[in-house]
Amino acid sequence: MGYVLDFGVVYERLPELLLAALSTIGLAVAGMSLATLIGVLGVLTRTSKSSLLRIPTIAFVEVIRNTPFLVQIFFIFFALPQFGIRLNPTATAIIALAVNGGAYAIEIIRGGVESIGKGQIEAGLALGLHKAQVFRHIVLKPAFRAIYPSLTSQFIMLTLTTSVCTSIAAYELTSVAQRIESDTFRSFEVYFSITLIYLAISGLMMALFSAISKLLFSYPVR
Amino acid sequence: MPHIEPGSEQALIALEGVEKWYGTFHALKNINLSVHKGEKIVLCGPSGSGKSTLIRCINRLEDIQRGRIVVEGLTLDDSGKTVDAVRREVGMVFQSFNLFPHMTIIENCMLAPMRVRAMSKADARDIATKYLGKVRIGDQADKYPAQLSGGQQQRAAIARALCMEPKVMLFDEPTSALDPEMVKEVLDTMIGLARDGMTMICVTHEMGFARQVADRVIFMASGEVIEEAQPDEFFSTPRHDRTKAFLGEILAHH
Repeated sequence: MGYVLDFGVVYERLPELLLAALSTIGLAVAGMSLATLIGVLGVLTRTSKSSLLRIPTIAFVEVIRNTPFLVQIFFIFFALPQFGIRLNPTATAIIALAVNGGAYAIEIIRGGVESIGKGQIEAGLALGLHKAQVFRHIVLKPAFRAIYPSLTSQFIMLTLTTSVCTSIAAYELTSVAQRIESDTFRSFEVYFSITLIYLAISGLMMALFSAISKLLFSYPVR
Repeated sequence: MPHIEPGSEQALIALEGVEKWYGTFHALKNINLSVHKGEKIVLCGPSGSGKSTLIRCINRLEDIQRGRIVVEGLTLDDSGKTVDAVRREVGMVFQSFNLFPHMTIIENCMLAPMRVRAMSKADARDIATKYLGKVRIGDQADKYPAQLSGGQQQRAAIARALCMEPKVMLFDEPTSALDPEMVKEVLDTMIGLARDGMTMICVTHEMGFARQVADRVIFMASGEVIEEAQPDEFFSTPRHDRTKAFLGEILAHH
């Protein structure tokens, strides 16, 4: 009894898969953007002199980094409605990805900020810039350059993590694949196909990240 | 509002009874110093004598525990406004240049005029071009710091400070990180600045520069001002034993 491969059914439903792939990319991009924002703001509170800002940030980072993503997303989707916070699967997915990615981004970006020499900051202050201006104009870009490889690989991880959002029936590639599989029983064909699609998405992102890097971080350093 | 000191107009910078500790280490001991408009002061002394700390207190990169520092009639205190006002008028050049690596030379020069003086981009570009020309690196304006030699980087850093048109320039060992062949171009730039009448406080061991430019040489050791004299007198007839020992060491190497 041999299993006869038939990619015909997958081919028929390819438009559905590609649309779902776009949704996956959308979730990933929204998650990354918010994660970066959380990362930058979180570095400011994480390194703040005020323990009122610093300690909650440390707690946030530790809780998120030491619990499973699946539990985090279930918490937002199933536990928060108990307190009247009801979110649809897409919003839940984006928030969960942003919060999870943000916690990692805080630690990664903090490493970059700490790699900036004291002399750079003093030069900015001596010119009369305020602390916030020093951070924005002097620290941020070289800090991002320093941690760009770790941040982008974290973002590739985040992109692949979108598949966990299947668990709350968010509209994305894996959940659509699951539906097609249950309609057709063509498990191998379906999951083989989305494996290729995920690979393509990752490849696309890496190419995009490297283009951004060339655009922003091409200044020479010694 | 910044507090205006009556009767302090004559001194651009005045330090009165300044004391600083790092923990239990007494870094500055009862420093009294006034610097008038157009004066050029050279601060020298062995490493760890407090000379860098002293000039870093003038633009509040370091705070002090006792005493008073008055710059342009403004008494430095914890108020952000006073610190801002003082930093706008005091330019600083560092030993390690501290140019911003992600900006071109001209962008380095334009940043503070635009962000601190709220100048338009065109005006900031004009002023940056003017001062880069003055330190003779106008042709390097669009390069990045890492593409310049050390001497060029330090001259760019001088131009960057000048773009704020400060009333005083502080130099913190500006030639110590340079290869020997680049020291002269930076010193020449500083001499040119001195000739134009800039008020300058220079921490340096370049005794030739001190002889040529300084109105007063101040010798510090262990956080104290040991001796203060005009250059001729300072080099020919140092009064204090520690000054003699220091000069003996430093001149033997030059």
